[in-house]
Formats: sequence, structure tokens, C-alpha cells
Amino acid sequence: MTAVQPVAGTARHRPAAWHVATVAASLAETPTARRIELDVPTWPGNDAGSHLDVRLSAPDGYQATRSYSIASSGEGTRVVLAVDELPEGEVSPFLVHDLRAGDQLELHGPLGAYFIWTPPDGAAPPRPVQLIAGGSGVVPLYAMASAHAKAADATEFRLLYSVRTPDDVFFRDELAALAGVTPAVRLDLVYTRRTPDGWPTAAGRVTREVLDAATLSAASRPLVYVCGPTPFVEAVAGWLIDAGHRPGDVRTERFGGS
Amino acid sequence: MSFITRGFSGRRGDRDPRLPPGQTLVEDWPVLSAGPTPQVDTADWEFVVRTENGAQTWSWDELRALGIEDITTDIHCVTHWSKLEMPWRGVSLDTIWESVETDHDYVMAHSYGGYTTNVPLEDLLDGKSWIAFEADGEPLDPEHGGPARLLVPHLYFWKSAKWVRGLVTMPSDDPGFWEQNGYHLHGDPWLEERYW
Repeated sequence: MTAVQPVAGTARHRPAAWHVATVAASLAETPTARRIELDVPTWPGNDAGSHLDVRLSAPDGYQATRSYSIASSGEGTRVVLAVDELPEGEVSPFLVHDLRAGDQLELHGPLGAYFIWTPPDGAAPPRPVQLIAGGSGVVPLYAMASAHAKAADATEFRLLYSVRTPDDVFFRDELAALAGVTPAVRLDLVYTRRTPDGWPTAAGRVTREVLDAATLSAASRPLVYVCGPTPFVEAVAGWLIDAGHRPGDVRTERFGGS
Repeated sequence: MSFITRGFSGRRGDRDPRLPPGQTLVEDWPVLSAGPTPQVDTADWEFVVRTENGAQTWSWDELRALGIEDITTDIHCVTHWSKLEMPWRGVSLDTIWESVETDHDYVMAHSYGGYTTNVPLEDLLDGKSWIAFEADGEPLDPEHGGPARLLVPHLYFWKSAKWVRGLVTMPSDDPGFWEQNGYHLHGDPWLEERYW
């Protein structure tokens, strides 16, 4: 019975701890999401792909805690989140509609040492990387693509990003910029409900055929990160295995329901 | 505590006392997995217990023939959701352990797909854990750990190893896959033992 071992670059251990964050800015990301920039003076930095818990406290002591992926990475004390509103939710509507610059909240993190990417450290040969995002699942994958660009790392990177409409694209300008730098992150967008004018294909979900055409082949042994709603991740991960990717090369993060 | 986030009041009714701190009640059943969902046929499935004295193996039918219990229990995920009064069916580890001899105090649960999680034996015996095949009156879906998962409901739910294929006893509490990747060695939801 063999255990699954981490195979990416070496993550630096940063102990998880509680931190007080001050909102530096809250910006419209999409019609339903905000980009929330936080100043966290005690933040130890985080690897690309990790997440944190946000805890909100009401005056009577009531607290609510939720996990969010981090869009930023590295050693800085500015932590960026991108939060999509779940209309029936308790925390995300508050973060999207009510939070403003100067407000304070508590964070616990950084969390997670598996769904992360770190630049090759020379100890192991670099692996091509395929990122596959559904909706707001792009947040930790955007962090990885940014970290790759920042490191001027030559590893081949591709991002397949499934999104409802052009208005729903997170980090639109930043992703376009990443696609234009050298070494580039190759970006493939799939629109499920409405495409931009003149788009070569009709709107529709990612299928097995789309996946095969727009991702690195199993033959190149990429490390694959998949993040999105559970049905999306289940379907994509299954097709990846069918296409010959090894289960240990496919890392997943699912959200939805809570 | 003096810390307050301006403007936050929350959308709670009376907080259910069965919810551990930091948990939110859900009606659906979210999924937490680190990789693709293994597809394991019950015809190929087997369950192994390995100790310092040797190994025993049960087939799907052999394990179920040990005697299936109905369990109704609350479950708590480290990602802050809980489900209450959830019906399960499975074989008690006490029943399995009737034929197991070990001086070890700890267990590593192994899963199809390679994942591992460590649990003290005292958290598994005396009516505390099961090898579960059904939840909510249905066979366990692969994405929820089917055909069988360990069920240790008094600990955070990553300890209830999905796709379980065996338990290996060990003399010390060595960390499994999840614990090496940031989750707490023990995982008591009432103590919020989420991360180290």
C-alpha cells in the first residue's frame, strides 16, 4: 500500500496561525464577485494555491468561518482574495456587498500543502503544468500562473478556464497579460452560457473532446491541478484518468454546497 | 473576545448545540478530495488488517457477513460544514477487531488511490468507528468514498478515510497523507483541531 507523496517543488513550511487583516481595497471583480485586498502585517507569506479561513465576529460574539483560496502568493503581507457571492450564503454576501476599506476581519492560515505549486528548485526535473478551472475555481490556479510568471520559470504552463460568460472571467486583464509575457501561460477559455462576439465556437460546457484538444497530453507527464464545483471536478478528473494521466499527477480542489 | 467585524451580524437562528465551534449546518453533502475519485468494483475490493503479528483479509461479502449495524450520527468536515442525524450502515470495527491481536496503539488507514490518515486505536474501538457501505439509505457514491469508507464520526471527516482498503497498526502516531499536508494529527472538532 503505497502512499501518495507530494511531487512538486519543495514547499516552505509556514505554520498556520490567526492573523488580523485590514481591508485595503474591495473592487468589483465580476458582476457577482469582489476582489478583496487585505493588509496582514503578521502574514508569513504563502505558496501559490494555498487557502485560508476567514472568521467574522458579530458584536454579540457570534462567529462565522469560511475557507477561501488565496489569489496572491509569495512573501508579502498583502493578501488577495476573490470572493464570488453565493446568494443563499451567510459569509460571501457580506464580503461581497458590505465589506469596505478599513474594515477588519480575522484570518487563519496559510492552509494546505498539497494543492500548491512552487517553482522548480533544481532538486527534481521541472514538470509541465496544466491548470483547469471551473468558475471561481480559477483563484488558486491564477495564483500558480502568477507565481510561475513572477519566477520567470520556463516550465510549460497552460490554463483551461471554463466560465459562464465573458463578464464572469476573474482576473481578466491579469490573465491576458500572463498570456503575453515570456514564458507565457497559454490560456484557453471555454464559455458555457454566452461567448464574446465572433467567438469561433458556440457556448457549451467542457467536454471530453474539448479537454483533449485544449490541455497538455498525458504523454508529456504534466502535473494537473483542477479546481471548481464538485460535478466539474469529478467529470474532468475522470476524463483525465481515461486519457492516460496518472491519478497521482492530478490534484483536485472542489467547492460547493456550503 | 473583543474583536468585531463592522456590520456583521450573521444569518443564524438559534445555534444548534450539536454544532462544534466554527461549523455551519448543511443539508447537501459537499466533497473534499485531493485527487481523482478511484473507481473500485466490489468484486475486486478487499479489506486488510495488518499488525505486527500478520495480516488478515476480508472480501466484500466476507466483511459484510460479519454483521452490519445501523448508525445515526453527526459528521463534521474540517472545511467548516456539518451534517446532523445522518443515517449510515456498516460493520463496527469492534467486530472486525475480535480476531485482531496487537500491542500497537495507533493505526494508519490506507485507501485505494494511495491516501492515508492516522488514527489512535482508542478512537476506533468501543463503538466509535465502522467500515461503512451506505449513507442516507443508498450505497456510498464513489465521490463520497464508496464502495466503503472508514467512519469515525467523532473526529473531523478527513479521518473517515474514503475508499478504505486496509488498516495497518503502528507503535507511534505517525502522520498520514492529510496530516503531512497541514491537517491536525488528531482532529477533534470540539477542540477545533483543524490544522497544525
